[in-house]
Parts: sequence; structure tokens; C-alpha cells
Amino acid sequence: MSYLSEIYNGIKTLLTGMSVTGKYFLNSRKGAITQQYPDNRDTLKMFERFRGEVVMPHDEKNEHQCTGCQKCEIACPNGTIEIIWDRAIDEDTGKKKKKIDKHIYHLGMCTMCGLCIEACPTDAIKWAQNYENSVYDRTQLTRVLNKPGSKVKAGIED
Amino acid sequence: MNIPLSIANNIHNWLLNIMPAMAVGIIEMALIALAYLTLFAVLGLYLVLMERKVAAWFQLRIGPNRVGFHGLLQTMADALKLVSKELTGTVKADKFLYNLAPYFVIISSLMALAVFPFTKDLQAFDINIGIFFLIAISSVGVIGILLGGWSSNNKFALIGAMRSGVQTISYELSIGLSLLTMILITGSLQLSEIIEVQKNGWLIVQGHIPAIIAFMIYMIAGTAETNRAPFDMVEAESELGAGFHTEYSGMKFAYFFLAEFINMFIIAAIATTVFFGGWLSPFGITQSIPWLGVFWFLAKTFVLVFLMMWFRWTFPRLRVDQLLTLEWKYLLPINLVNIVIMAVIVWLNFTIQF
Ligand code: SF4
Ligand code: SF4
Repeated sequence: MSYLSEIYNGIKTLLTGMSVTGKYFLNSRKGAITQQYPDNRDTLKMFERFRGEVVMPHDEKNEHQCTGCQKCEIACPNGTIEIIWDRAIDEDTGKKKKKIDKHIYHLGMCTMCGLCIEACPTDAIKWAQNYENSVYDRTQLTRVLNKPGSKVKAGIED
Repeated sequence: MNIPLSIANNIHNWLLNIMPAMAVGIIEMALIALAYLTLFAVLGLYLVLMERKVAAWFQLRIGPNRVGFHGLLQTMADALKLVSKELTGTVKADKFLYNLAPYFVIISSLMALAVFPFTKDLQAFDINIGIFFLIAISSVGVIGILLGGWSSNNKFALIGAMRSGVQTISYELSIGLSLLTMILITGSLQLSEIIEVQKNGWLIVQGHIPAIIAFMIYMIAGTAETNRAPFDMVEAESELGAGFHTEYSGMKFAYFFLAEFINMFIIAAIATTVFFGGWLSPFGITQSIPWLGVFWFLAKTFVLVFLMMWFRWTFPRLRVDQLLTLEWKYLLPINLVNIVIMAVIVWLNFTIQF
């Protein structure tokens, strides 16, 4: 008897599978995920999970959230991030405090693993969704992430 | 007025005027062979395109759409590229067999095409053992695969070829027996007569339950015969490179490739002829226009080809042991019981006739 029920179940599951793929087939017009890349480069918007390059967002007051803790530098498996830091006197407390001078990121060495972004305690760096990153000279791949004259947002370390 | 036939008659008369009847016969055979060859080469190319498009749609992609309108010339361009490619081979290959194998495969599949009645008058060769001929010729192709795998002196190719042998030998049985079930109703092996019988309803209706079972078994075994996924043990890319045609390149590879698709068409065409009334239109709606039979035949065949593609993009692959279990423990016993049921139904006249 189990022989017959096996056959019945086999056919039933096969038909279930076919109905699932059949639905995909019928909906393929609307749901096509293929990007016709060079044709639609003006309108193409990369999806959220896409890893273009590491950037450091700045707000309108030219402030970022990087405290210079160097955790990203340590987390990076291939030495892509270099942090040149400095000490400066904090006006409020009068104490000496660490701050970044330059947050250097070598896009040419980055494997897009995302470990630096996960390591950052203050969410100072994140993924950009840009593409077409090729350049003619590799020195252009070395980027300073903090903008000139920027400073750390107040209260981020607390 | 039958247009294709009148053209053929005109050519026939014109040829008879300028040469003896014997020569006319030979020339006409050559002409028909040439016409079939071109037609089915093009058909094969478009089947490849169809496969790629259908695959794309199943996977929510777009598929080839660059060459020609919506990619319609894509496979033509591919064929041109393959023709212009260098034919490489291995040093230790058995040269004679190595070169022979692709022709075995492609010629056997083209030979099978000759017996199909595309419409009442459009049939190259109305042989009285039609179904038998088809079953026989479709197993010749596997010799080409075995030769190709053996002679290229490559272990992956050999394993692939051997698997193909195992598969074809087992599933041949199911194909034969499921067709035999239908022969019980028609009482004839001749394809034109099989279609004649179906004027009172397609065989899948006439034979109802056992016919549907036979059809299901036929489709499963037919998919296995053509070595397509989910039965693509033969060219398991992850295990065997490309299987038996690993060492082939250029046009010889293309022959294997084309033969696979033409075989798929043949399997679907047999099913159309035996189960779905061949060129007969549903309920005889276009009976007054006989050449529309070609349209109906091709429409039904392409629906079945699509069904096989649907299988391919839905089901996971089988292992070799599962493959043999399916055939010997399930399909074969069911098939034998099914034949008995069908025989009883035909004997007691339980078939549905319109
Ligand atoms: S994504 Fe990975 S490789 Fe790139 S900078 Fe961050 S940690 Fe380094
Ligand atoms: S980016 Fe984040 S982890 Fe790196 S130094 Fe700045 S705060 Fe620390």
C-alpha cells in the first residue's frame, strides 16, 4: 500500500513544484530582475544591499561621526584603512582628546567584506551604492573619507 | 486547393519531362532530404532560442535580447560563430570514431523526422511500421553518444557516455511499452493510420485513464531519453565537465547540441501523433483547410516541448541509482499493469468515441 501512496505523493509534490515555477513563468514580465545595464545607466539605482565603496557620511554642518577609535583599521583583514590621527584639546573639558586627521581608504585593496562597517561602534562609515568605479590611475583609488575641515559630531562618544 | 502539394506536383512533372523516372525519384529524394535538413536545422536553432527564453522567464530574467528583434537571431549568430571555430581534438583520440560520432547522433535524429505526418499530405515517408521505426531509430543516437565518449579518450567523457547508455537502455523500455499501450487502441503502427483512428477523438480521450497514465510515463521516459534535466546524468557539469562531448568543439559540438534539441522535438512530436491527434484540429474546427494541419501539429508539439522545458526548470536532478529505481521499480511495473487495463478496456469497448 505504501507503494501506491508513494506514487501519489510523488506526483502531488511534482505538480506542486510545477505550479510554483509556472507562477514565476507567468509573472516574469513584471518581475524581471535583469538590469539592462549600459542602456539604463541614467535611471539605474542600485539596491540597498549593494556594496559599492565605503564612505563616511557628513551632515550639513560638515560633521561626521568618526571618533578615530581605529577599530575599523584593526578589523580590516587586508590593511585597506589607514587612520592618521592627532590629539587636540577639547574646548569643553580642556582635556587632550584623540581625533582623526585623515581616514584613508584604499578602494583598490578593498574586498568589500564589510568587516570595517560592522566593527565601527558609532556607525560612522557605511556602504555607498555607486558603481562604475574604474579609473585610469590607481592613485585615484586612494580616498580620504573625511572631508577637509570636518569635525566629529558633538556627543557621539557618550 | 492544396498549395504545397500542387507545387510538389509541378516540380515532379517538370522533372519527368527532362529525365527518366528513376533519376527523378532519386533527385526528388535528395530535394526532400535537403529541404528537411535546412528546415530542421533552423527549427533546432529556434528550439535552442526557445529554451533560453523559457529558462530566462522561469528564472525571472529577460534572456537573449540583443541580436535581432528581441534576440530572435541570437542562435543564428551562435551557429555562425561555431561554424567558424577551429575543430580541436585530443591527440590520443580514436580519430575515425571521434569524427564519426556526431554524425551518428544528428543523422539518427534527422531520420526519425522523416516519418512524421505534419499534415495529411506532408509526410516524407509513410512507413507501415512507423512507431517501431521511431523507437528503433531513436536508440541509434545513443551509439553516437557512446562512440563519442569512448573515442575521445577522456575519462569524464567515457563516464558520461556510459551513463547515457544506462539511461537509454532502461528508459527505452518505458517509451516502448507506453506507446504499445496506445497501439492497443489504434491496432496499427503506421502513423497516418494512427491519426486516422483519432478522427473520433484524440487517443488521450479515447483511452481516458490508462491513456493519461501512459502519457505521463511517456513524458517522463521521453525526457530521460533526450538526456535533459532532471535526467542529465550524461552531462553533469559539476561532475563530468560537459560529459560525452567534453572533447568536441566547433561544429561537431554543435551537432550534438542540435541533436539534443531535435530529439526533444521528436519526443514531443511522437506524443503529439500518438496521444493528441497529430495534425487533427481540436473538434475538427479547421477540417476544411487541410494545410492548417501543419499549424496544429507544430502548436501541439511546441506545447509539449514547453512542458519538457518546464520539467527541466522545476525538478531537481536525480542520482544514478534514483534514476534506475524510478524506471525499474515504478515506471515499468505501472506500465505493465497499464497495458493490461488498456487491453481490457479495448476488449470490452470502454473507449470513449465521438
Ligand atoms: S570592506 Fe573589508 S576590506 Fe574593505 S575596508 Fe572594510 S574591512 Fe577592509
Ligand atoms: S570609522 Fe568607526 S571604527 Fe573607524 S575609526 Fe572611525 S569611529 Fe572608529
